[in-house]
Amino acid sequence: MPAFEYAPAPESLELANLKPGYRPFIDGEFVDGGGEPLKTVNPATEEVLAEVSTASAADVDTAVKAARKAFEKTWGPMPGSERAKYLFRIARLIQERSRELAVLETLDNGKPIRESRDSDLPLVAAHFFYHAGWADKLGYAGFGPDPKPLGVAGQIIPWNFPLLMLAWKIAPALATGNTVVLKPAETTPLTALVFGEICQQAGLPPGVVNILPGAGDTGARLVEHPGVDKIAFTGSTEVGKLIQRQVAGTPKRLTLELGGKAANVVFDDAPLDQAVDGIVNGIFFNQGHVCCAGSRLLAQESVVDELLDKLRYRISTLRLGDPLDKNTDVGAINSAEQLGRIRELADSGEAEGAQRWTSPCPVPERGFFFAPTVFSGVHQSMRIAREEIFGPVLSVLTFRTPDEAVAKANNTPYGLSAGIWTEKGSRILWMANRLRAGVVWANTFNRFDPAAPFGGYQESGFGREGGRTGLEGYLDV
Amino acid sequence: MSAPTLPAALADATRDDASLRRFLHGLPGVDQVGVEARAAALATRSIKKASKLWAIDTAISMVDLTTLEGADTHGKVRALTAKARRPDPDRPDTPQVAAVCVYPDLVAAAVEGLRGTGIGVASVATAFPSGRSSRQVKLADVALAVDSGATEVDMVIDRGAFLEGRYGAVFEEIQAVKAACGNAHLKVILETGELVTYDNVRRASWLALLAGGDFIKTSTGKVSPAATLPVTHVMLQAVRDWFTATGELRGVKPAGGIRTTKDAIKYLVAVHEIAGEQWLTPELFRFGASSLLNDLLLQRRTQHDGHYGGPDYVAVD
Repeated sequence: MPAFEYAPAPESLELANLKPGYRPFIDGEFVDGGGEPLKTVNPATEEVLAEVSTASAADVDTAVKAARKAFEKTWGPMPGSERAKYLFRIARLIQERSRELAVLETLDNGKPIRESRDSDLPLVAAHFFYHAGWADKLGYAGFGPDPKPLGVAGQIIPWNFPLLMLAWKIAPALATGNTVVLKPAETTPLTALVFGEICQQAGLPPGVVNILPGAGDTGARLVEHPGVDKIAFTGSTEVGKLIQRQVAGTPKRLTLELGGKAANVVFDDAPLDQAVDGIVNGIFFNQGHVCCAGSRLLAQESVVDELLDKLRYRISTLRLGDPLDKNTDVGAINSAEQLGRIRELADSGEAEGAQRWTSPCPVPERGFFFAPTVFSGVHQSMRIAREEIFGPVLSVLTFRTPDEAVAKANNTPYGLSAGIWTEKGSRILWMANRLRAGVVWANTFNRFDPAAPFGGYQESGFGREGGRTGLEGYLDV
Repeated sequence: MSAPTLPAALADATRDDASLRRFLHGLPGVDQVGVEARAAALATRSIKKASKLWAIDTAISMVDLTTLEGADTHGKVRALTAKARRPDPDRPDTPQVAAVCVYPDLVAAAVEGLRGTGIGVASVATAFPSGRSSRQVKLADVALAVDSGATEVDMVIDRGAFLEGRYGAVFEEIQAVKAACGNAHLKVILETGELVTYDNVRRASWLALLAGGDFIKTSTGKVSPAATLPVTHVMLQAVRDWFTATGELRGVKPAGGIRTTKDAIKYLVAVHEIAGEQWLTPELFRFGASSLLNDLLLQRRTQHDGHYGGPDYVAVD
């Protein structure tokens, strides 16, 4: 009897409505940017997808001025109930165009279509719906009777969830009455620029949302622009520190959501099969390009062997390959540069004495791919236990007692998320109180909701996004 | 009461009632949210073209074509056996089903109808579907089926004893039925709809495997809910874990409520990705179904002909 080989089930590329060129969105119009144009690449094929015109220093200035004008003349003075209508309209348009956006996101980012379709896009729409609901209720959010917006928000987002991070930034900013200038990541600008079209479709007043594609220098100009009242950044800790230095001493507000090295703690009484699913979801979701990825598995010594056996079997069933194929579980690494970084860190794990196991799945010859990898015998002193790898690489450590689990989980400069797997409810609460992490998941991992605040401790940044708490970052309170 | 072939640790688990309880309650729990999420995620696999055709043929070969009505007659059973021999008369390349499943008093008719085909005759014995009778009556039921020529016996466990925590009683009864089966294969029906929790499903699965069941089966089809994907996931994990512990391959049979090709394919994906490729055979996986076969045949024709033929092109038996 032949093996059960799933036939390829590729989503149609045409759905993405890919255009040869994309331009910055400033003051309600798509305009030619004065910066050096960049080419964005499909990481699964290494082919150029489109040429993107980028923003120069002058464009940043124009965009900030347009945002300022819109803040003072239209968006700022507009009643919350009116702003809500625009946000609801944007949310509905995102739902209507969700297939197109999902395919485009997958082309540009390399994430599997099943994730962009089933996870990213529904959450993007949910964020706009959720914040639309807040727009006329800010007086009841607990920040005083009439909290004021800050003004112009400069927002810089990463390449791992291009459209979702845009939603996390733009939805609360607009709901609270701010206008925005947003810079998408250099390697994934396309869906953000299509979002500009959606703003036009929704009839959003010009200047309320401006999208400036570009590299780090564009971001730096946005950060230092005196017309910006608030900077919101999601990305690497290294860049976050630079931004914090730049903003220091100015009246600008700042929120940072940076790297992570989350611990996923599995006790011996855990529901093991679901823990295995949670570990897989924690580290191989989005190729591990998740700042809150559960990249450190802390397994109780009494179950580590059984857990690893189950884990390796489960990982070997993951399907790696064409991200547009609906059956693909693990897609492409976003860029050659990132692939290099993952390789370098994985090699260091081996050099430092950890045992490397790689999924036997076939790896495509073209494109940037990295097979799911598990390191066992990892210790806190190794680089792969301390540094964020941002790829499909899991480090497995062990512990003996709950206290030791807490000590090891907290023994990181980061603090974005953590996971606890146990059937004991009291232990979940005991652990959650002691773990220094913005989100603690119990018997699940990587669950997101617009109503749940998200953010970090220490080098994972400060400020929260989502929920009532997330509104605070865009209000003068 | 331990089975001789088991590894020491597992044999020890069946030493007495207390150690059986300790063992079953020491199994890892099942998180309801997690197992249901995984089942839902696996159900979104896209199976088409060559893989769909392969799945349809494989599913047909795994069907236990079943009639379990009070109104069953010899005529009904004969019609069913004819259908089992030639599921689609217009297309002789259609695989045969795995077995025909009837009540014990109709086994002889099924044996007659299937003579020379190699198709199994399965029978639900042990006071099916409730299992509420004396041990004597249950064993007599099994004897009737086996003596009439059944090659497979589908027994129901005593859910009452299980829910009372009398695991030893359930274990012994399965062993007694297994002994009464002789060469016939034993499928142990857990009736998961009455066990309710996934933890219970996992414990009952292990109990049946420890007692020597060749298959673990979800349901009688008389209780709602019958087979569900998450329950089947838990049972597939049990046989996989059993294989890891003992090196023995045991089978799984979801029964009741699986009516469409689409559903059947979801189960095959689960078999493939949860238990593993080697379970994708009628020796280790079955569908207990009556109406599923016709949908499989219609979908098979659709795949081959490029258009849908309609229900009048397959036999209603």
